[in-house]
Amino acid sequence: MSINGKKVIEILTQIAVKIDENKGYLSELDATIGDGDHGINMSKGFKAVTEKLKEDNGVDIAGILKKTGMALVSTVGGASGPLYGTAFMKSSMSVNGKTEIDIKDFSNMLKDALGGIKMRGKATAGEKTMIDALEPALEAINKGIEQGLESKAILKLAKEAAYNGVEYTKTIIATKGRASYLGERSIGHQDAGATSSAIILETIYEAIE
Amino acid sequence: MKKIINNPELVVEDMLAGMVAAHPDYVRKLDNATVLVRANSPVQGKVALVSGGGSGHEPSHGGYVGKGMLDGAVAGAVFTSPTPDQVYEAIKAVDSGNGVLLVIKNYTGDVMNFEMAKDMAEMEGIQVSTVVVNDDVAVENSTYTAGRRGIAGTVFIHKLAGAKAETGASLEEVTRVAEKVIDNVRSMGMSISSCIVPAAGKPNFTLAENEMEIGMGIHGEPGTHREEIKTSDEITEHLVNKILDDMHLEDGTEVAVMVNGLCSTPLMELYIVNKKVSEMLTEKGIKIHKTFVGEFMTSLEMAGFSVTLLKLDDELKELLDAPADTPALRVL
Repeated sequence: MSINGKKVIEILTQIAVKIDENKGYLSELDATIGDGDHGINMSKGFKAVTEKLKEDNGVDIAGILKKTGMALVSTVGGASGPLYGTAFMKSSMSVNGKTEIDIKDFSNMLKDALGGIKMRGKATAGEKTMIDALEPALEAINKGIEQGLESKAILKLAKEAAYNGVEYTKTIIATKGRASYLGERSIGHQDAGATSSAIILETIYEAIE
Repeated sequence: MKKIINNPELVVEDMLAGMVAAHPDYVRKLDNATVLVRANSPVQGKVALVSGGGSGHEPSHGGYVGKGMLDGAVAGAVFTSPTPDQVYEAIKAVDSGNGVLLVIKNYTGDVMNFEMAKDMAEMEGIQVSTVVVNDDVAVENSTYTAGRRGIAGTVFIHKLAGAKAETGASLEEVTRVAEKVIDNVRSMGMSISSCIVPAAGKPNFTLAENEMEIGMGIHGEPGTHREEIKTSDEITEHLVNKILDDMHLEDGTEVAVMVNGLCSTPLMELYIVNKKVSEMLTEKGIKIHKTFVGEFMTSLEMAGFSVTLLKLDDELKELLDAPADTPALRVL
């Protein structure tokens, strides 16, 4: 796999479309154990990303990711803004200066993104958050790279791992975020942030030939 | 859903414009931010107070911008904490060189966004201090939750820390007072109906005709448990006992009381609640110095209420009684 800046912008634009398509669903998930605004806010944020990237020349991938992160921080709000924003900004670190990225780069990007989320959110796996989708996805990617699989196959495994993570969030109690106020009542409900993370990974998988 | 709005995407903009039009002597809106600041910001010679959060809790927080309370209020999208750049603009607009205190309600998003703004402001050389309000006793304060929520008790921090700032006190002193109020204020709420985020178009949850949600927050998120609705006295007794269990007030302690309507509960019902609150406190030998009944921190069109008790000492009493002049609260 070799993705250039223009393709990264294409993928981000497609993510905005997918998030917007799912905004009602994401907000509904958030309404059950939160305050019902996740889909609306994420859609607003990624639309702003699309707008921001229209003027980008599509060369500097790190720059694109940083712009994405900053657009999300300044439009999404809530906890998702700082978390996704930090994720994208941190993901730019390992691809500084690159004009093409491969699956190993993507793994490093996701690793740094996850690190940023954990630092900003002070959370770990098993607390019913987006980490429960992203961490399994990262593990699947690293395993796939180790096994020498094709990039497309690796991204498929990442997507599946993310969605398994989403299912897993249904079974556990929330100990972070608004859902944590519900205590045991949060069990049985899927986490909206984990879901939007899985949707993003699925969109990336679908975009790669 | 039936709401009296125009474009749901523009509720916050429209509301802020309406507030400025109503109270031009008190507030102005910053040009590129959903922020209201005192008309004469930056006010010289004092620490500035900035608070805010998601919209939908009016009069919190824009209604408290004025002498004796806030210098700036940041309005996020409905129920969504504002972004760091918005908070940063507020900080810049109100700082007179004496530093800024951020009064943050304890929600994951609010804490993250306000702290990111603090980092941004400090990089520009502005002194910023933060306090996090967590007065709601409904949730356990444990490492297994995001911690207790900040609800109506926040208004007491605005009032008392705001009063302290008017005296020309230092940022350390104003922050100390804010922390002291936080240590001494406790609240708990309930609701009998959900609310509708304008952009979502439908309620977050529905309660049956005979149901109520105890330990309700202010964002339409479910509370701690749901049960069949009881009488006002029974509900109030439950909430006040939970608060008192947490506060351990001794005989002869003085308190301030706030009975806060979440919007759709009639003033009549709030006063009925207060009857019980005052009876319970009097029975326990707790002296009520001042009572506030009304809508201080609402939750869109939710029906329900919260009770807040603030334990007073001489210092806090003086600050509570100090004059304040804001659109939503005036103390002569």
